[in-house]
Amino acid sequence: MPISLADVQTHDLAHDEAQDYLWTLNFGPQHPATHTTLRIVLKLDGERVVDAMPDIGYLHSGFEKLGEHLDYNQYVTVTDRMNYISPMANNIAWHTAVEKLLGIELTPRCRWVRTLIAELSRISDHLLCNGAVGLDTGAFTYFLYAFNRREDLYDIFEALCGARFTNSWTRVGGAMYDITPVTIEKIRTFVRTMPKTLDDMDRLLNRNRIFVDRTKGVGILSKEKAVNYSSSGPIARASGVTRDLRKDEPYLAYADLDFNICCASAGDCFARYLVRNAEMRESLKMVAQLVENIPAGPMNVGIDERTTLPDKKAVYSTIEGTISHFELVMTNRGFEVPHDEVYAANETANGELGFYLAGDGSNRAYRARCRPPSYIHFALFPYLIKGHTLSDVVAVLGSLNIIAAELDR
Amino acid sequence: MAGTKPETIAALKSAYPHLATSEFRGATRVVVPRDDLVAVMSILRDERSFDYLVDVTCVDYLHYDGATDRFGLVYLLASTTTNERLTVRVFVNEPDLTVPSMTHRWEGANWMEREVFDMFGIVFAGHPDHRRILMPDDATCFPLRKDYPLQGRGERHNLPVLTRENS
Repeated sequence: MPISLADVQTHDLAHDEAQDYLWTLNFGPQHPATHTTLRIVLKLDGERVVDAMPDIGYLHSGFEKLGEHLDYNQYVTVTDRMNYISPMANNIAWHTAVEKLLGIELTPRCRWVRTLIAELSRISDHLLCNGAVGLDTGAFTYFLYAFNRREDLYDIFEALCGARFTNSWTRVGGAMYDITPVTIEKIRTFVRTMPKTLDDMDRLLNRNRIFVDRTKGVGILSKEKAVNYSSSGPIARASGVTRDLRKDEPYLAYADLDFNICCASAGDCFARYLVRNAEMRESLKMVAQLVENIPAGPMNVGIDERTTLPDKKAVYSTIEGTISHFELVMTNRGFEVPHDEVYAANETANGELGFYLAGDGSNRAYRARCRPPSYIHFALFPYLIKGHTLSDVVAVLGSLNIIAAELDR
Repeated sequence: MAGTKPETIAALKSAYPHLATSEFRGATRVVVPRDDLVAVMSILRDERSFDYLVDVTCVDYLHYDGATDRFGLVYLLASTTTNERLTVRVFVNEPDLTVPSMTHRWEGANWMEREVFDMFGIVFAGHPDHRRILMPDDATCFPLRKDYPLQGRGERHNLPVLTRENS
């Protein structure tokens, strides 16, 4: 008689001597459904997963060690490569922590534009995640709808800062480029046309029998477990945890915005899909508010405070600009960093992305710890998949939105 | 950033009067002796509703100005009900780099502690799955320690050479 879901969840079959017929399957590291390089060793009884052992580290490239050798502006290029699905959100999270350590108060314009970009990044990330869940469960058209709109977002980012994929847009105390009317017009077009795409996407999948059957009731995470496993973001909210740093600890311009927190109570893959869908609509609502109300004024903190790299025009044509540029980039000069440690976190698309920084007075962080949401969510995977079938592995993996570059850093 | 309520600090201080606390940019840190860590964490979790372990990490203070201890562990705690945050610090020195594991209180601590062990060599007593996680199992180094250089140690040279015959 085949074993059932309840058998696996109530008995420790993986270490049972009588179960020596269990079959071990290597899932990854090179498998299309893992999206990037991660490996899971599955113990199977027929099709049922009795145990899953994640084996990670294939993409470990010492980002935290690099953070101790690159200065506060240089390291932003490394944060691009963590969650490369929404690199702008990582840039903003990194510089939120740096500015907290340095005690820099941003200009209103910078706070609004950063919030705007963070929300667009969230849409980009959720589009990819939901699209990939669709792709893995057989809905290829849905994936194309999602990627078509991500292309528009890449166009917006390109108009903003010249780079499509690894943007490295923020700087200490501001940003590399101010937002221009061209970018604003592109964002307006996006806000106008995106709701129709979301409606189309909802119609494709929300009542699709195959998709619902493959995700509903799969990988259930209870509220208590979600908190106990330190999960955050859409995964925690799909389990009924009402924690969202945008509301709980408003940073940037979130305190001035009208938006809701999207939660579900089921905690399964389908709930996570629905929460991400709802969050995209909320983000669109925020983007619409933000793009029409960008405050005038300077983007960067003033040149006199010697925290932001000055405008290139000022560097080349004025003596003050040249001096303050070199004051910042020379290795024996630079920022005035306190001998202290801070932790600052942003609510990115994947969850709480925080940086723990230890400053030692020099231009570089003494310790630059990243709290990567993917890493913490992947620890949940063995718990979520236990007792489900082999085909559910990709559904659960997709709904956790594991980005291996952020997972291994 | 949400801070810590004064009642939380008062509750800790009434049980352990010698705990050192400090404030920086709105965040409260409390330094706990290693022997009291389990008891303090129990108070925080069970009586002060710190049900959410945000992160466990470590700082190697080998070259840090004015530091007397080698490693400083960082436990970032938060509460999903009262919306507080608190940072708990524990300092450990060589040769005894053992700290009690928090996995029995927060299951999320499992992988966080494994990463700290992998990168710094801190041993977590009572951890259910005490293995390396990001580095290869046979690695002999702890890369985030300050005495480990950014480049030049050459672990890659020690990788076994595979040929068609012995693969």
